[in-house]
Amino acid sequence: MSQSNASSVNYNFDVVRQFTVMTVIWGIFGTLVGVLIAAQLIWPALNFETPWLTYSRLRPLHTNAVIFAFGTSALFASSYYVVQRTCKTTLFGGKLASFTFWGWQTVIVLAAITLPMGYTSSKEYAELEWPIDILIAVVWICYAIVFFGTLIKRKTSHIYVANWFFGGFILTVAVLHIGNSMVIPVSLMKSYSIYPGAIDAMMQWWYGHNAVGFLLTAGFLGMMYYFVPKQAERPVYSYRLSIVHFWALISLYIWAGPHHLHYTALPDWAQSVGMVMSIVLFLPSWGGMINGIMTLSGAWHKLRYDPILRFLIVSLSFYGMSTFEGPMMAIKSVNALSHYTDWTIGHVHSGALGWVAMVSIGAMYHLIPVLFNQGRMYSIKLINVHFWLHTAGIVLYIVAMWISGVMQGLMWRAVNTDGTLTYSFVESLTASYPFYFIRFVGGVLVVVGFFLMAYNMFKTIYAKDNSLKPVEIT
Amino acid sequence: MSNFWNIWVWVLSLGTLVGCFLLLRYCLTNFAGVPEGEPTGHVFDGIEELNNPLPQWWSTFFLLTIVWAFLYIAAYGLGNWTGFIGWKSSNQGILNLAESKAQVLAAKENGYLVQYDREIAAADAKYGPIFDAYAARSIEDLSTDEEALKVGQRLFLHNCSQCHGSNASGSTGFPDLTDNDWLYGGDAETIKQSILHGRKANGMMAWGAALGGDQGVQDVAAYVLSLSGREVDATSAAAGKDKFVMCAACHGADGKGSAAMGIPLGAPNLTDDIWLYGPSVRAVESSINNGRAGVMPAWKDILGEQKVHVISAYVYSLSQK
Repeated sequence: MSQSNASSVNYNFDVVRQFTVMTVIWGIFGTLVGVLIAAQLIWPALNFETPWLTYSRLRPLHTNAVIFAFGTSALFASSYYVVQRTCKTTLFGGKLASFTFWGWQTVIVLAAITLPMGYTSSKEYAELEWPIDILIAVVWICYAIVFFGTLIKRKTSHIYVANWFFGGFILTVAVLHIGNSMVIPVSLMKSYSIYPGAIDAMMQWWYGHNAVGFLLTAGFLGMMYYFVPKQAERPVYSYRLSIVHFWALISLYIWAGPHHLHYTALPDWAQSVGMVMSIVLFLPSWGGMINGIMTLSGAWHKLRYDPILRFLIVSLSFYGMSTFEGPMMAIKSVNALSHYTDWTIGHVHSGALGWVAMVSIGAMYHLIPVLFNQGRMYSIKLINVHFWLHTAGIVLYIVAMWISGVMQGLMWRAVNTDGTLTYSFVESLTASYPFYFIRFVGGVLVVVGFFLMAYNMFKTIYAKDNSLKPVEIT
Repeated sequence: MSNFWNIWVWVLSLGTLVGCFLLLRYCLTNFAGVPEGEPTGHVFDGIEELNNPLPQWWSTFFLLTIVWAFLYIAAYGLGNWTGFIGWKSSNQGILNLAESKAQVLAAKENGYLVQYDREIAAADAKYGPIFDAYAARSIEDLSTDEEALKVGQRLFLHNCSQCHGSNASGSTGFPDLTDNDWLYGGDAETIKQSILHGRKANGMMAWGAALGGDQGVQDVAAYVLSLSGREVDATSAAAGKDKFVMCAACHGADGKGSAAMGIPLGAPNLTDDIWLYGPSVRAVESSINNGRAGVMPAWKDILGEQKVHVISAYVYSLSQK
C-alpha cells in the first residue's frame, strides 16, 4: 500500500508498535483468564481453595483485561496510527504519547495485581480503586491531548470519519470514567461512591452501557472506517450515511443505560426512556455495518483469498447481529425473560469476541507488516487458521449461552398448576452445565487462535526487513 | 422530581429524538455538492468517500422507530407525567408492607395500570381457590396428602431453603426441621405460629461477665456438654453445675429446654446432643460467653396465611416419619 507517502511525513510509529504488540499479549491474557473462570463454573475445584483464584476475583480481572488491556490497547494503536495517516502529520505532544503507553500499561498491571487481591469498588467494569482511577483519568486526558492536538495540526482540510468516532469515544470515556468513579476515599484502597442508592445504580449503568457504546462500539467503528476500506482497497460507501449514523449513534447511546435496570427501583419513566432510546438506536447502529459491508462492493472476490478481510467483514456481521439483539433485549418484556440469565453473557460475547476482537485482530494483521517493514504477515495460512478457530469458538460460545440463557429464563418463570414455581434455582444451574462445557470449548478455541496470532506476529517482527513480499494475486 | 429537572428531562430526551429526525431529513438531501454515487473528493491516506444516498429501507425504518418512540412515551409517560395509559411497573418508593398495601388501593382508585399489582391479582384469582381448599383442612390432614406436600415442599424450596437447606436439615444457626428437637414445640399449630409470626430468640444473653470470665464460662460449658454425655473435666463440670442455676430459669433445672416446660422462650434442650451453633467446645463456650440472637422472620405478610398453612403441613410431615 501507499508506503511511499510515509517518507514525506515522519510519523511516530514507535507508540503504535508498542500498543500493537501489547494488544496481542493482552488478548492472550484476557481470554486465558476467561477460559479459566469458564472452567471454574464447571469444575469449582479449579480455584484451588485460593482466595486469589476465586471466580469472584478473576471475573473482574477477565472483563478488565479484555476491555481495558486488549480492547483499549488496540484502540490506542489504531487511533494513533489512523489519526497520523489521515491527517498527514505526526502525533502531537512529543513524549506525551509514550507516557500514555507506559501509563496505560501501569494501570493494567495494577489491575492485574489489585483485583485478585480482592480490592474492588464493586462497580462493574469500574472495579479499580480510586488511586488507579486517578491514574486512568490522567492517562486518558493525555490521550485526548495527543489525539485532538494531532487533529488540530492536521494537513488535510476535512477530518476523516474514523477520527470522528475515535474523538467521540475518547471524550465520552473521559466524562463517563470521571463521573462514575466519584468516590469518598476512606483509606488507600477503599472508598465509597458519592451517589446514593438508585442514583448510584443509574450512574453505574450510564457508565457501564456507554463503556459498551463508546469504547467498544464508537471506538471500534473508528477502527473499522480505516481498515475496511484500506484492506478492501475500495472507497467508503456513503459519506452521508457516515454523518447521520455517527451523530445519531453518539446522541442516542448515552441514554441507553437504564435498560440494565428494568423492573428495579429506578423510576419507571427512566426505564421507559432507556428502552425507547435503545430501540431508536438500532438503525443508527446498523448504519455503520451497512457502510462497512457496502464498502466491499466490487471487492467481494477478495474474501476468497484474504483472511484479514474475512476477519473485518465477519466482525461487521457480528456487529450487526449484536446491535439487533441489544435493542431487542432492551424491550421490557423481553428483558423480563433475558435479564440475569446467560443470554446476556452470550450477547456480550457476540459483541466482544465477534465484533471487537475480530475487527481488532483484522486491523492488527493489517498493521503489523506495515509497522515492522514487511510486505505481509509471516504466514497468511496461519491467519486463515486463526480466523476459523476464532469463528468456531464464538459460534460455540454464543449458541451455548443463548440456549442456556433462554432455558434459565423459562425455568425460572415456569409455574405449576398450583402457582408455585416449578424449579428451584439450583435445578436451573444443573441444567446449564452441558452448555457451560460447550462455552469452555469455544473459549479454548479462541485462546489457541490468539497464541497462533502471537507466533505469527513475532515471526513477522523478527524476519529480516522487507523479506516478506506481498502475495501477488493472479 | 422538581419542576426544573422535569423540564430538563423533557427537553433533553425529546430534543434528542427531534434532533435525530432533523438529522435524518438533512442527510436525505444531497448536500455534498457532487452527484449521488460519485466520490465526494475527500481523500484520506488513499481512502475515498462516495456520495451514495441513504438506503431507503434504512431511512424508512429509522423514521418509523422515531415515530414509535413518541407514541411509546405518550403512552408510558416521561418525567413527572405518567402518560396516557398510566402504566407503572410497581408501586415505587414504598418502604414497608403497610405502605405497599395502601399504594395498591390508591392505584386502583386512580386507575393506574400497576403491572406488578395486576400480575399478583391475576395469580391470586387463578390459584387462590386451590389454597382456599387447603386452608379448610387441618395441618395434620394435609401432612398425609401427597399433592399438598408437594406444593408445600416447593414453597419451602423457594422461601425457606436458603437458611434451612434444600432437605430442611438446617445448618449452623438454622434449626434442623427433620428431627424431633423443637425450640418452640413441634405440634402442627406451633409450627404454623413460628412461620406466621417469626421467632426471635429473646433470651440468650451474654453471660461472660456474670459467670466471672473465662473460667466460669468454661465450667458451665463443661457441665452443659456433660448433660448430653460428652466426656468433660469432672471438676470443671462440677463447678459449672453450681452456676447452672442461672441457666435453669430458661433451660430448666434438668437442662431439657423451655419447650419441655411448655414456655415459648426458645431455650434449647441441652441434653440431646443437638447443637444449633455447632457441637465444638468452642462454639458452646461462645454461645455462653457472647449470647446468641437467632431470628426467624415472620412470613404472614409475605406469603399470606394460606400458603404458610401448606408449608406448615410440609414441615410438620418431616418429623412425623
